[in-house]
Amino acid sequence: MGQWNVMLVDDESDFVDTLAERLRMRGFRARAVTDGHEALALAEQDPPHLMIVDVMMPGLGGLEVLKRVKKTLPDTRVILLTGVGSTKEGIEGMRLGAFDYLMKPVNIQVLIDKMHEALVDGE
Amino acid sequence: MPPENENEMASPELSEHPENETSRSYKLLRRRMILLILLATLPPLALMTVLNHYQYQKALASEVIQPIQSLISKTKHSFELFMTERSSAVSFIASAYTYDQLADQDELYRVFQVMQEEFGGFVDLGLIDASGHQKTYAGPYDLLGKEYVDQPWFHEVLVRGTYISDVFLGHRKFPHVVIAVKHHCQNRADCWVLRATIDTKVFENMIAAMGLEPDGDAFIVNNEGVLQTSSKYYGRVLDPLPFPLPPPVYRPHVVEMSDSLGHEVLVGYTNLEGLPYTLMVVKPQAEVLKSWYTIKGEIILITLLSFGVIILAVVRLTRQMMRHIEESENKRKMAYHQMEYTAKLASIGRLAAGVAHEINNPLAIINEKAGLMKDLLEFTQDFPQKSRFLLLTDSILNSVERCRTITHRLLGFARRMDVNIVELNINEIIREVLGFLEKEAFHRNIEIELDLSQDLSEIASDHGQLQQVFLNIINNAFAAVDNGGHVHISSWEMDPEFVAVSIQDNGQGMTEETMRHIFEPFYTTKKGTGTGLGLSITYGIVKKLGGRIDVKSKVGEGTTFTVHLPKKNKDMTE
Repeated sequence: MGQWNVMLVDDESDFVDTLAERLRMRGFRARAVTDGHEALALAEQDPPHLMIVDVMMPGLGGLEVLKRVKKTLPDTRVILLTGVGSTKEGIEGMRLGAFDYLMKPVNIQVLIDKMHEALVDGE
Repeated sequence: MPPENENEMASPELSEHPENETSRSYKLLRRRMILLILLATLPPLALMTVLNHYQYQKALASEVIQPIQSLISKTKHSFELFMTERSSAVSFIASAYTYDQLADQDELYRVFQVMQEEFGGFVDLGLIDASGHQKTYAGPYDLLGKEYVDQPWFHEVLVRGTYISDVFLGHRKFPHVVIAVKHHCQNRADCWVLRATIDTKVFENMIAAMGLEPDGDAFIVNNEGVLQTSSKYYGRVLDPLPFPLPPPVYRPHVVEMSDSLGHEVLVGYTNLEGLPYTLMVVKPQAEVLKSWYTIKGEIILITLLSFGVIILAVVRLTRQMMRHIEESENKRKMAYHQMEYTAKLASIGRLAAGVAHEINNPLAIINEKAGLMKDLLEFTQDFPQKSRFLLLTDSILNSVERCRTITHRLLGFARRMDVNIVELNINEIIREVLGFLEKEAFHRNIEIELDLSQDLSEIASDHGQLQQVFLNIINNAFAAVDNGGHVHISSWEMDPEFVAVSIQDNGQGMTEETMRHIFEPFYTTKKGTGTGLGLSITYGIVKKLGGRIDVKSKVGEGTTFTVHLPKKNKDMTE
């Protein structure tokens, strides 16, 4: 098994860059993207194993990104990040094919565990 | 425990409308309505009765009173005519003849004969000189030489010129009337008096000539109420009339009365002009009149009964109507307040959700930055104070965790507005609610004892609504206890279908009277601060969720609220 290719999508660059760096420190090949369209384009060039996508984004929202990824890259797992209390979107996302959803702010260990689950599931 | 929940969301404006003012205005309205309806119904009825009475009077007048009046009028005239003729005749003789002529016994006898022939009705005729001595006399009795100087009538005739007596027996021993006339004279010594007697049999004959019906009665009484002719019912001549004389009138008048024998009678009467007599006709009330009387009585009775029934009906109906109005007004108020309350909760919920979302993003950034700091620290070699930096980043991460709990709670509150049936654990809800109240408990040193069943079934119910229910009840328990008080909360499996939660406090307790009202909207013991809605909303929610609330309380010992909730929600099973 090589390095896991992970793409993080969130309009808040402070958040997404930091989280990407932390994942890289833990051995993932993590890219941070702050725009839905850009994320889709980059994903097509270099399909990631796993995408972690924020639901609430200006422009292309997380659920829309999920739908398109599921169409073009059926092997890519998607974990959604939602605001607290946005259980509805999370459930909707799982119906659309997301692996799971987590609420922000997320504990790093909880996230890593969930990522492993998803990647193993995708194997 | 005061029967009033008051959390921070309840609107206090209802306390500005004191209950007694409302009830006073309802009372006023009720009184006005009763008055108005009575004014609209009773006067026409009264008017009808009065008209009927008037009709009765008219009928009475045309059927009975007028005939009596005309009969009396006729008899009065013939009576007066008779007496005027007699007294004129005596006056004429006293003027036309001289003393000397009349002092002649034969001449007097001749004059008496002429009087009898021309007028009739005289018994005798006598001449009395100035000293009251009977000078001459024509008649059947031996009255010659009689002295009248001491008799009151003699003095009266000397003063007035004419005298007509009451009926009396006198020397003659049979009822008669005297007409005495004084001769015109300059001085007392020249005066003389002519005196004639009339047999009252003439009176009786005149009365008989009235042609009364067999049950009628007619008679003459003098001004002292002594019978001057015999009466069929009320005594013989000179007996006193057994009932009081009506006030004098000179036109025939008829009154209804009951006589001394207890009969209902019509009495027609009139005083006779220039004579000291009253002519009276008494008739028993005819059958026609009796039926009229019955109708009159019935009408009065029916009218009074109708008055009573109308008043009773109006009062009762109005009261009933007012009760309905009051009830629906209360329901409307209740609905309005519940709506207002819900709207307030909803807007606070939206605000809370907005705040939570806004805070969440920076919180996530802090979380990641601090996390990265910690990662960097962990991946770098030891350096001075490394462990201190680690502690600091941990502290930041812990604070983020706490903030996260707060935003969760805020969003949890916001979600309460949506009715949302889910599988939930009652114990968790109680812990959440206590989370809201733990600060107050801490400050007031209230001891909370939890006795929650570990293997309590999950139930299908609404998370937010149940939070509201327990928040209200526990809040009330807090309000009931003094600082340092004790609140015991326990949960258990009631039966296969229900779970139960009880909240017991050792507060002031409630009277039975208070307990009867606690679930009624607008009932509050927190004067000035309560809306009286908390427990009624609580009750409504529990009922809606298919459960029920029991209350036990004792003044001075405390109160226990027990909430029973079904494990399966009706809507979900359907």
